[in-house]
Amino acid sequence: MSRLRDALERGEFVVTGEVAPPLGTDMSAMKRSVEVLGPVTHALNVTDNQGATLHLSSLAASRAVLEAGFEPIFQQTCRDRNRLALQSDLLAAATLGLENVLIVTGDDPRGGDHPQAKGVFDLDSTQLIEIATGMNEGRDMLGREMAGGTGFYIGAAAFPEAEPFDIQSARAIRKIEAGARFFQTQATMDIERFAEAVEAWRPYGVKVIAGILLLKSPRVIDFINTRLAGLMVPDELAERVRGAGDPFEESVQLAIEQVRAVREIADGVHIMPLGADDAVVRILEGAGLA
Amino acid sequence: MIITRPRDWERILRNLDEVHARKVFIMGCGQCATVVHTGGEEEILEAKARLEQEGHEVTGWAVGEVACHSGGTRLETRRNSGSIEEADAVLVLSCGAGVQTVADATSKPVFPGLESVFLGNVVRHGIYEERCQMCGDCVLDLTAGICPVTTCPKGLLNGPCGGMWGGMCEVLTNRECTHVRIQRRLAEQGRVTAHGIVPPKDFSAKLKPGSVNLREGRERGRKRAGSTGEAGR
Ligand code: SF4
Ligand code: SF4
Repeated sequence: MSRLRDALERGEFVVTGEVAPPLGTDMSAMKRSVEVLGPVTHALNVTDNQGATLHLSSLAASRAVLEAGFEPIFQQTCRDRNRLALQSDLLAAATLGLENVLIVTGDDPRGGDHPQAKGVFDLDSTQLIEIATGMNEGRDMLGREMAGGTGFYIGAAAFPEAEPFDIQSARAIRKIEAGARFFQTQATMDIERFAEAVEAWRPYGVKVIAGILLLKSPRVIDFINTRLAGLMVPDELAERVRGAGDPFEESVQLAIEQVRAVREIADGVHIMPLGADDAVVRILEGAGLA
Repeated sequence: MIITRPRDWERILRNLDEVHARKVFIMGCGQCATVVHTGGEEEILEAKARLEQEGHEVTGWAVGEVACHSGGTRLETRRNSGSIEEADAVLVLSCGAGVQTVADATSKPVFPGLESVFLGNVVRHGIYEERCQMCGDCVLDLTAGICPVTTCPKGLLNGPCGGMWGGMCEVLTNRECTHVRIQRRLAEQGRVTAHGIVPPKDFSAKLKPGSVNLREGRERGRKRAGSTGEAGR
């Protein structure tokens, strides 16, 4: 059984991290990340052509995480595959021993490295979650009995600070109704708004893992504010990092404070260190989680 | 309205070169391309001047009533048979449907003079927007008369996606998120819980090439229209 599910259902506060498959076939850099992050997390997300840029598939890289002795969260976006390929990859994932899946819509190809690509979006994430739920019950999306079903712990992305919140929240609730059992959220910036979102969703029986993003430099903040969809760094946080003598140290401190704050509210944290893997251990130690 | 825009002239000239066409006949369209100002009389005369400047001879030109209408286009080519016969190639300033109709009506090499881009709403004179991709499985009944298939850049049926911020779209950041508009209008009309999850779309309703035969439907006395996605696929 998925360790992540087990821990969340026992009420343990979980930690998840993230590794990116390479562009190419050499997985050694990713494996170094896995060695650093694996021991301090319950599970590791393995991204799927993140940011609509080409990488080795999440399927193969998730398997590599498993073989390294850690638990992957296989990510699947709806951008690059139609309903045949999505279902077929879910079946493949199950046979490869992957137990957690995070189903997301995916960034538009226009923002990625292959802007001429056709965005598939044959299904949207809510629909795919519903289909994955059916596959857990042994049926494909046509309702046919399959020769062996899947047993995924199904997760989805959620956006606690997006406005208008009622509309974004209604979508989150539909994802739960479709079968999402855990959420990994967009980076948490405003703890109060995050708490309100958790309060709105928890009655539906979902576990909420709070996204924590390391705002490691002024450049990263600018990048988020100008290039990244669905997120803005509020002025006071941006100023705090920008004005610090050592912005990196300040961002680690900020992340520690954020982890401590959401610890009272969420079911776990998902740490996105933007490549600074060593900082994850420090953040967790600082927050008393490692 | 079928929206067309000018095509890369270098490519047009290359096309003519490839068939060693010095003499050219130009065909326009009296419908969409005239209204959109890409294939009416004025634009034909501009194209003519351009071709002449490049050393081509224009043997004649015509604005067919409706370039995509087989009968009308056959008639138009017959009317101009002399100057078309004299030409080495025909350049058509209409959508791709019109280009093909002309190509069927003459034995000369026929080249597209425009890019066909979408079925457009006329927002204001000269401003066109795509609102419908003619998917054959309309969801406007579920989406308060706002098409997510076309106006959400990802074509999501259940949204908004995670890139929505402050009600605006992730991809076209100067536009409101389609799904925010849909949900708001549904709420204003008291239809918020009209549906839960919109099911996956039936893309077989839009298999290529589309065809509708109203006559066949009447003759058989059954369905009014036989169309793609129904029998025969
Ligand atoms: S759903 Fe959109 S694309 Fe399809 S027919 Fe309706 S308006 Fe056109
Ligand atoms: S922000 Fe809204 S309109 Fe834009 S891609 Fe996402 S769901 Fe579609």
